[in-house]
Amino acid sequence: MLRLDAISKTYRKNGTLIQALAPTSLSVEQGEFVAVQGASGSGKTTLLLIAGGLLHPDVGTVHILNTDLYSLNSNQRSQFRSLQIGFVFQQYHLIPYLSVLENILAPTLAHSSSKQMDRAVNLVNQFGLEHRKHHRPGELSAGEKQRTALARALLFEPKLLLADEITGNLDDANAKIVIDALQLFSVNGGAVLLVTHDVNVAKHANRLIMIKNA
Amino acid sequence: MTILKLAIKEITRRKLNFILSLTSVILAVTVLVGSLTMLRMHDIRTTQIILQKEEETKQRMLELEDDYRKIMKNLGFNLLIIPKDQNLGDLYVEDYASKYMSEEYVDKLSNSKIMSIRHLLPSLQQKIKWPEGRRTIILIGTRGEVPFVHRDPREPILTAVPKGGAVVGYELSTSMNIKKGDSIRLLGKSFIVEKCNEERGTKDDITIWIDLAEAQLLLEKPGKINAILALKCHCYGNDIAQVRKDIAAILPDVQVIEHGTHVLTRAEARDRAAREVQEALEAEILNRKQMRDEQELFSSILVPLVLLGAGIWIALLFFSNVRERKSEVGILRAIGVRSRHILFLFLNKAVFIGTFGAILGYVFGTIAGVALGGPVITATLDVRTFFIALFLALLLSVLAGWIPAYLASQQDPADVLREE
Repeated sequence: MLRLDAISKTYRKNGTLIQALAPTSLSVEQGEFVAVQGASGSGKTTLLLIAGGLLHPDVGTVHILNTDLYSLNSNQRSQFRSLQIGFVFQQYHLIPYLSVLENILAPTLAHSSSKQMDRAVNLVNQFGLEHRKHHRPGELSAGEKQRTALARALLFEPKLLLADEITGNLDDANAKIVIDALQLFSVNGGAVLLVTHDVNVAKHANRLIMIKNA
Repeated sequence: MTILKLAIKEITRRKLNFILSLTSVILAVTVLVGSLTMLRMHDIRTTQIILQKEEETKQRMLELEDDYRKIMKNLGFNLLIIPKDQNLGDLYVEDYASKYMSEEYVDKLSNSKIMSIRHLLPSLQQKIKWPEGRRTIILIGTRGEVPFVHRDPREPILTAVPKGGAVVGYELSTSMNIKKGDSIRLLGKSFIVEKCNEERGTKDDITIWIDLAEAQLLLEKPGKINAILALKCHCYGNDIAQVRKDIAAILPDVQVIEHGTHVLTRAEARDRAAREVQEALEAEILNRKQMRDEQELFSSILVPLVLLGAGIWIALLFFSNVRERKSEVGILRAIGVRSRHILFLFLNKAVFIGTFGAILGYVFGTIAGVALGGPVITATLDVRTFFIALFLALLLSVLAGWIPAYLASQQDPADVLREE
């Protein structure tokens, strides 16, 4: 499903080269839930962004569903990302002036489809957001926001879900709902790559990968 | 979900940013439309003033025509009494009669009780070679005005030339350097120049007037005249036939023609008045044009300044908006929204601002323009001005929003998401 081959990333900041990600290889198979752990600054988020086609690695290749992600041009990669990859972040990144339902439907901006309304309503129900579907993010709890973000990531039924510290702001109950959703996603054949500090969350994964400081 | 819907949602969410941008476009369009409307109002007002003045002129000319008709009616008309056998064709070609009649005719008239003639001027006119001056001239012998015996004496409208004296026309006096008091020789006889006439622009300028008796002697026409000018003839209703009838009763051997017409006199007076009115009208037009030029100059400075200021202000607001929406743009890019869609997202907002700004600015500008342009009855809505305003408002907002929108579209989502 996902294969990273010897990817690395170096930034230049104030004239100094900073290695954000040391050469790394890993793969995540279909139906697998993989957790990535590492100290702050070890390059976990960089790994996730490269895996999601958002950050070009200096070296190495990224294959998703046997497609070399960075051999695609920007538009093709956007198209591929909108259909095959779901992103969930610690900060939710919900659009503040859209309702819960509209936020879940936001990916249709990239790839419009008439069937997505039903799918969005199902996701609202699946994540227990029926009573909040017309509320804006500012009116939601942290758990509701993260569930909304997760529902948005799942709208196009992607094959790969990339999650970055998604339980970092949640209480245990909400964290469990979110982790259960990730597990369900992987059980249903999706691949999950979860970056987390939380050992309790990581233990729900099928496999744990540790990244050492770059 | 569409880009358009997202743009509308964002506008309704961040009203202040939208209202501030919109206000600047409204202001710019108001100034533009106000200036154009004011100039248009000025043009309409100018046209109205000119039409009004032309109408007034027309009315005044009619009144003047009527006044002159009344005045001329009181003044009477001028008649030329010439021998009955005079061919009128020859008269008009030569401008004087070639046939002669007795000078006694004038005395008969002056001794008569005819009431329809006021002044009598007998003359003997002839075109002659002036051997001493080597010129062709018109020699007129006149005895001045002949008073009516049976009426109270009036001040004569023309004085006689004294014997031995001569009055010289303008062209003769200037070309031959003849001055008052000079002695000139005419057909072998000396005359003292009594007067040199001013320029008249007629045959009078090549004419010499002398005493009638002396002219008769020089021209070998003793006791003869070839014309009697009867001036200010007047009768009830100014019926020239009646005057002719009166004269014929006294002088059966003459014919009477009108010398100069009322129509001509009235036309001359009317033309002079019309010229004055036309000059006043042209002065008004010039004044209005100067006012318009000043307004146009002022607008040509003000409008670009306001447009520039509005453009900078909108661009700053767009930059602020882009900065505020950095996270939003990052996540949109992450979920697969292409950079050109991000560009459209911001440009849609610019189009909204431009369109609403143009509509409201057009309304305010028209009101302001009409208020400043003075009272005009004509309808003031102008489609062409509206489309100019719409085009400029869209251009202004899209250009001002373009760079911020482009920068937003080129934003690296990884940078944003990593920062968050």
